[in-house]
Amino acid sequence: MGLIEFTCAVLLTSALAGLLGALTGLGGGVVIVPVLALVFHVDLRYAVGASLISVIATSSGAAVSFVREGFSNVRIGMFLEVATTVGAVGGAYLASRISTHSIGIIFGITLLYSAWSSFRTKQDLQSHPPNALAEKLKLMGDYPVGGVRQTYVAQNVPAGFGIMAIAGILSGLLGIGSGAVKVLAMDSAMKLPFKVSTTTSNFMIGVTAAASAGIYLRRGYVAPGLAAPVMLGVLAGSIVGARLLVRIRVPILRVIFAVVIVALGVEMIYSGATGRL
Amino acid sequence: MPSEADLKMEITISRMLRVGVSLAAFVVLVGAILYLWQAHGMETDYRYFHGVPTPVDHFSPVLEGIRHLDSRSVIRLGILLLIATPIVRVAFCLYSFAMQKDKLYVLVSGTVLAVLLYSLLHR
Repeated sequence: MGLIEFTCAVLLTSALAGLLGALTGLGGGVVIVPVLALVFHVDLRYAVGASLISVIATSSGAAVSFVREGFSNVRIGMFLEVATTVGAVGGAYLASRISTHSIGIIFGITLLYSAWSSFRTKQDLQSHPPNALAEKLKLMGDYPVGGVRQTYVAQNVPAGFGIMAIAGILSGLLGIGSGAVKVLAMDSAMKLPFKVSTTTSNFMIGVTAAASAGIYLRRGYVAPGLAAPVMLGVLAGSIVGARLLVRIRVPILRVIFAVVIVALGVEMIYSGATGRL
Repeated sequence: MPSEADLKMEITISRMLRVGVSLAAFVVLVGAILYLWQAHGMETDYRYFHGVPTPVDHFSPVLEGIRHLDSRSVIRLGILLLIATPIVRVAFCLYSFAMQKDKLYVLVSGTVLAVLLYSLLHR
């Protein structure tokens, strides 16, 4: 494939990944890495490097609309970023120590988990019992529910912090935002309201990714000619997706996307296990 | 407990982030157009990894490349701008917490900032 055809194909694919990622809430990174590796036969390290850059762009680009709604919690986000950034630095170092085969398999498992997690039922706690540690760390807040402000207090702080460290490692290792794992930490472990979890998670993704970006750049994982169309494509797709999301409900799309993710996950595990990555 | 001050801080931050991302995306776009212009007819080669590192702790090679209108250097500059936006965000949070005299969160955001700068600058 010539350079212009290749670049245009990557740009269009990235835009589609960004669009679907925004519509389903899973992010563009989880799609673009396996597609680059499996369809475009890009070395996994270049794919991961390009994806990580696009993850920073989408997280920072989407922040405005999320913040205005008043759901995200800057203190909870900042506190948990201690775990995600340290994890991300570790994950980025790990990326050069283990083979691309193993990274492919870990990626596949993460994809399967992400697909599954997008179907979890979400139920917010009606009342939050007091939690001494969370109160000492000011991990609480309130959010609007039908005009009134509902208060919440974080639960299981050490467990949430630990899961966040894992989310950071996965982000640094796989070049993804790992939003699904971040939401798991806040929503399932810390019992934060779902809306607070997703918006705070989005806010955290850019900072987490920035923690491994420097290491990726220094290692040469970020190839400018590939990272540029991936970043621009995913960013454009996710902006359009976020706009569409306000107007349309997407249960069918969610199912289709989950099927695609499962297929990519199985293929990544298979390719990794047979040494083709 | 996200007070009015916190919400104001977040709105300012998110505006800053949008400006940073727009600027970075514009620079990357210019670089990408230049790249296609300069490199047309070339074959792509991402199948095998032969990483060419981007220096992150000194800007002179990138700036030198831009002076020669090297498209890859322009894209690299855009990527560095992009990485800078979340770092500036954390620095701004640190400042806001200091203004609110919240010692605990000055410490927390200081730690995050230190990790970010460590990963970017150490060799």
